[in-house]
Amino acid sequence: MADEKLTQATPTVEHPPIGDVVLRIDNVVKRFGDNTVLDHISFDVHQHETVALLGASGSGKSTLMKCVNLLEQVNDGQIWLGDTDITDPRINMDKQRSRIGVVFQQFNLFSHMTVLNNVTLAARKVHKWPREKAEEKAMGLLRRIGMDHKAKEYPDRLSGGQQQRVAICRALMMEPELLLLDEITSALDPLLVGEVLEMVGELKAQGATILMATHEMGFAHDAADRIVLLRRGHIAENGSPYDVMDHPTDPETQEFFAAYNRV
Amino acid sequence: MPNNTVYEVSAVEEERAQFRRKEALRSHITSVVSSLIFVALVVIVLKNSPGWPRVKESFFSPEYFAMAWPQVLDGLLLNIRVLGIALIGVAILGTSLALIRMTTSAVMFPLRVVARFYTTIMRGIPMIVVLYLIGFGIPGLGLFGRIDKAVLGTIAVVMSYSAYIAEVLRAGFQDVHPSQRASARSLGLTQAQTMWLVIIPQGLRKIAPALMNDFISMQKDVGLISTLGAIDAVRAAQIIVAKTYNFTPYVVASILFILMSVPFILLNDWYSEKLRKREQTGGMV
Repeated sequence: MADEKLTQATPTVEHPPIGDVVLRIDNVVKRFGDNTVLDHISFDVHQHETVALLGASGSGKSTLMKCVNLLEQVNDGQIWLGDTDITDPRINMDKQRSRIGVVFQQFNLFSHMTVLNNVTLAARKVHKWPREKAEEKAMGLLRRIGMDHKAKEYPDRLSGGQQQRVAICRALMMEPELLLLDEITSALDPLLVGEVLEMVGELKAQGATILMATHEMGFAHDAADRIVLLRRGHIAENGSPYDVMDHPTDPETQEFFAAYNRV
Repeated sequence: MPNNTVYEVSAVEEERAQFRRKEALRSHITSVVSSLIFVALVVIVLKNSPGWPRVKESFFSPEYFAMAWPQVLDGLLLNIRVLGIALIGVAILGTSLALIRMTTSAVMFPLRVVARFYTTIMRGIPMIVVLYLIGFGIPGLGLFGRIDKAVLGTIAVVMSYSAYIAEVLRAGFQDVHPSQRASARSLGLTQAQTMWLVIIPQGLRKIAPALMNDFISMQKDVGLISTLGAIDAVRAAQIIVAKTYNFTPYVVASILFILMSVPFILLNDWYSEKLRKREQTGGMV
């Protein structure tokens, strides 16, 4: 508890003013039975910021992502999306979910729908756009990633990298305030990882606000504005890639990144 | 896309292909010969059994066949009608039961218990008992006046088959990868939209062969409504049998039932094969 507060109190990057906080994780606790997976986690994601959530398997990354996306219910604390407390049970969760774009590790795309129908689904069914309007926008997004010629294909005809890029398009369709990327390259072979990460880099350059859980240390280092390192349900580090990854002072953090460098 | 390219192969592959062709030819010949022997054996045993002429006359008489055909065919129309309506009923009740069984909310708890109880009981009771309970029990209550036997039979078929179908559907829906549900909800789709647009279409694809199998079985069990007195194909045959003491009408009914099921069996095989090809499983083993 004490050392966690300490890392919170000494920010290593200059925080933008509080007004542009897109996501605020405030003392979030999540337990599965007796197992406390997230133990009073707090941090902010600001507008146009890319935050990489790192940590060993079982450190709570995925659980935290699920809590933000309201797929899991927190046991304590609050999560703010803009000025909405999305942990408040009185809110319309479906509405809040559609403010966040999410891409998972795999099986993102609906296998019984074409690429185009995948990308336009939310626009048509949730936001009640007419089909032409939805398809026009979707084709624009697909064109930007050079996938418009695959619009009528089914997902199983695409490579894993193409599938993930289409999934990102689908997440971007309704212009979400926040993009959650949950280990989106973990199921891809190394050659396909590159094309997906390149796309994330472009989104960041265009000003997207991104929270991503990842094991791609090199990418996190180069693309993230800030690194949040989870360890056993606590925030072990919260700072710039330079401070956290290149010049860690905590021995356990040093060991964590050294282990990744060995493989 | 058809691939018409002819590839040049090495001598090793050419030799292997030759060997495989020879093996294939040999196994074809073997299967033809063994089939012929089997048929010959059956024919010999039947022809030489002392009662064969009488069995032939009782079950396979051409005259009775011609006589029974129109009436039994007429009865089959009722089977087809009952089957069509029962199919819709089973689809609605079976899906509802499956969805209720899959809910997790506390509000649905009583319904969940009822659905669980229903599927357990209904899968345990022999179909014929369900038919008697509905066919004779409901009119026995004296609440609804006269109800057509075919209607009662349809209700019984729906009640019995819904329980089976519900469990098959539930297995299919639960087999859809959790990420698909999570993706759908993340897009802002409601629980109901997620079910209707994502989980049900994908689950159905997975269990289509099993469902078609149940449908074929239902086709045949629809004949059981004859036990209630509805004049379907089986009942029409029974009436002629009672008058003539010749069993050929039953064979007529059986042939009609087989003919009715063949298109669906072919459809089932075709679809299973398509799924198998798409998943490209199997390989050499």
